[in-house]
Amino acid sequence: MTSLKTVEKVAMRDVFGETLLKLSFDDPRVFALDGDLATSTKVDRIAEKNAPKFLQMGIAEQNMMSVAAGLATTGLQPWATTFAAFLSKRSIDQIQVQIAQPNLDVKMVGAYSGLLTGLTGKTHQALEDIAIFRSLANMVVLAPADGVETRKMMEFANNHYGPVYIRLARDPLPVVFSEDYKFELGKAIKVREGKDVTIISTGTQTGRSLEAAEQLAEEGIEAAVLHMPSIKPLDKEAIIKAADETGAIVTSEEHSIYGGLGSAVAEVLVEENPVPMLRVGVKDRNSESGPNEALLQKYEISIDHIAARVKEVLKKK
Amino acid sequence: MSLLLQEKVKMLNRRATETRKLILETIHHAGAGHVGGPLSAVDVLVSLYFEEMNINPEDPRGVDRDRFVLSKGHSAIALYTVLAQRGYFPIDELKTFDEIDSRLQGHPDMKILPGVDMSTGSLGQGISAAVGIALGGKLCKKTFRTYCMIGDGESQEGQVWEAADVASKYQLDNLVVIMDHNKLQQYGWAGTVTERENPAFSPEKRWEAFGWNVISLDGHDIEQIIKGFEEAKQIKGKPTIIISNTIKGKGVSFMENSYSWHARVPNDKELEAAIKEIEMGV
Repeated sequence: MTSLKTVEKVAMRDVFGETLLKLSFDDPRVFALDGDLATSTKVDRIAEKNAPKFLQMGIAEQNMMSVAAGLATTGLQPWATTFAAFLSKRSIDQIQVQIAQPNLDVKMVGAYSGLLTGLTGKTHQALEDIAIFRSLANMVVLAPADGVETRKMMEFANNHYGPVYIRLARDPLPVVFSEDYKFELGKAIKVREGKDVTIISTGTQTGRSLEAAEQLAEEGIEAAVLHMPSIKPLDKEAIIKAADETGAIVTSEEHSIYGGLGSAVAEVLVEENPVPMLRVGVKDRNSESGPNEALLQKYEISIDHIAARVKEVLKKK
Repeated sequence: MSLLLQEKVKMLNRRATETRKLILETIHHAGAGHVGGPLSAVDVLVSLYFEEMNINPEDPRGVDRDRFVLSKGHSAIALYTVLAQRGYFPIDELKTFDEIDSRLQGHPDMKILPGVDMSTGSLGQGISAAVGIALGGKLCKKTFRTYCMIGDGESQEGQVWEAADVASKYQLDNLVVIMDHNKLQQYGWAGTVTERENPAFSPEKRWEAFGWNVISLDGHDIEQIIKGFEEAKQIKGKPTIIISNTIKGKGVSFMENSYSWHARVPNDKELEAAIKEIEMGV
C-alpha cells in the first residue's frame, strides 16, 4: 500500500508512448495504429524510433478499428490509439461487430479520456467511454491511476489474448504506485485504510480521492480508498467487503454518473449488500472547454466535491 | 478457350446452378432470408471457392490459406451454400439456417462457422477488415491473397472509401475486392432509369480515382471472372477492384431486377417455378 506523499507528477501518455515503443521492439506481433493524433497520444515515439511497427491509418477511426480486426486475424497484435471520445463513439459498431464479438486480440487505447482534455471541450471529452465499453461482451475495461499502473496494465494487455480497452488521461498526474506494484485483472487495490466510509475510485480520480481522504482525516473522518483499475471484470468481492467493513460507499470517477464505475458498484451493492452509497461523477449535462481546475469544480468532481459527498453519505449511515 | 478452361467453366456453371437451387430451398425452408443479392453473387463465389482460392476445408484456419470476407454479410446464405458444397460443413446443416443454436447465423460469424474468415453484417466494415488481413499478410511476409465482396448499395457507406484510401496507400496488390454491382438495394432511390436503381454511376471512375486497378466484367460469365482474377495477379503496387456487373435475383425471371425480392421468401409455388427455371438456365 502506498499513499500520496510524493509530489512527483507523470503523464500517462508519455509512459504509454515509451511502453508501446518497448513492446514494439520486444514483441514481433505488436503494431501501433494511429488515427493521425500521434503527437498528442505519443504513439509518435514508435514512428520515430521503430518506424516499421507504426501504421498510419489516417483520420478515419471506423476503418482503423476494422483494419485492426483484420490484422489480428493474421496473428498480429494491433494497438489502436486515438482520443477516447472517437474510439468509444465514432467506431463503436466496428469494435463490437469485428473485435468484441469475435474476441480478437486488439488493444484499444483511449487517450484524453474524461474531462481534462487540454481546453478542447465537449467534442473531445470522453465521459461515456466506460459505460459504452463495459456493455460489450468479451471486453476488458481498464483505467489506470498513474504512469506506473499504465505501464503494468499495458504489459498485462500484451500477454492477455482478447480485446482490451485502456482509458488514459492527457495531463501529468501525481504518482500513486511504487515500481513494485503488481496489476491483476479483476482485482481492486486498497490504497488507503479507513473505518468510516470507503471511496471507490478509478483512473485519474483515485489521486483526487486520496487527497480528499487526507482532507477528511484532518476533520476526524477515516475514509478508505479502494482503487478499481479493472472496471470489467469488476472485483465484486472487494466491493461487498468494503460495504461490510465501512457501511457506506462513495464512488468517484472522471466520467458520467451514468453507466460508469458508480453504476457498476451500485449494481453489485443493490444485489449483494445494500449500504448507503453516493456517486461523484459528471451529472447529466454537457461539458465545455476550460482550465482543468475550473472544470473539476464546475462539473463537481474536485477533491472538495469528493469530500463533501463523503460527509453526505455518512449522514445516511 | 482451351479445352481445360472449357471443362472448368462447365463444371463451375453446374455448381452455380446447384448453388442457386440450394439458396432458394434454404430460404424457403427457413421462411426468412435474402434472395436477390445472394443470387447475383453466386457465380463469383463459386469461381472463388471452386477455382481461384488456395484453401483447404480440412484446415480452415491454415495460416497460408487465401482469405475471403463477405462484406455484404446479408448475402450470407450464398456463402453458406458454397462453403457447404466445398466441404466445410455438411450440406444438410443448411436446414438449420436462422434456427436457434445454428452455426449458420443470419450474418456470418467467424467464431462458430468454419470457413468464415471475418464476421460481417454491419455494412462497410468487411472491406476494412480485408484491408487489415491483406496488410497483415504483407507485414508477416506471407503470400496468401485476400478477396472481399462488397455491394454497390453498401458503397454508400463512407467506411468503404476510408478502406479504399488506406489499401491504396499501403499498395495492397494482394487484395482483390469484388463489387457485386447488381444496381439495386433494399428499397433504393425513386426516379432513376430502371426501377429504383442505385445511382452509383461509374464506379469504375471512383475506384480509379482512389488509385485502384479496375477490372469491369460480366459477373455471370465464369470465364470472364476467372480471367479477371488472373489479371489481378499480374498487377503490382496497387489493389484491384473487380466491378462485377450482375443482375439481382439472377436465374429466376420473376426475381430478376426487382428490388422487392431483396429479402422476400418464395412460397411453395414460386419455389417450384424458380427451381424449374434455374435448372433450365434462363
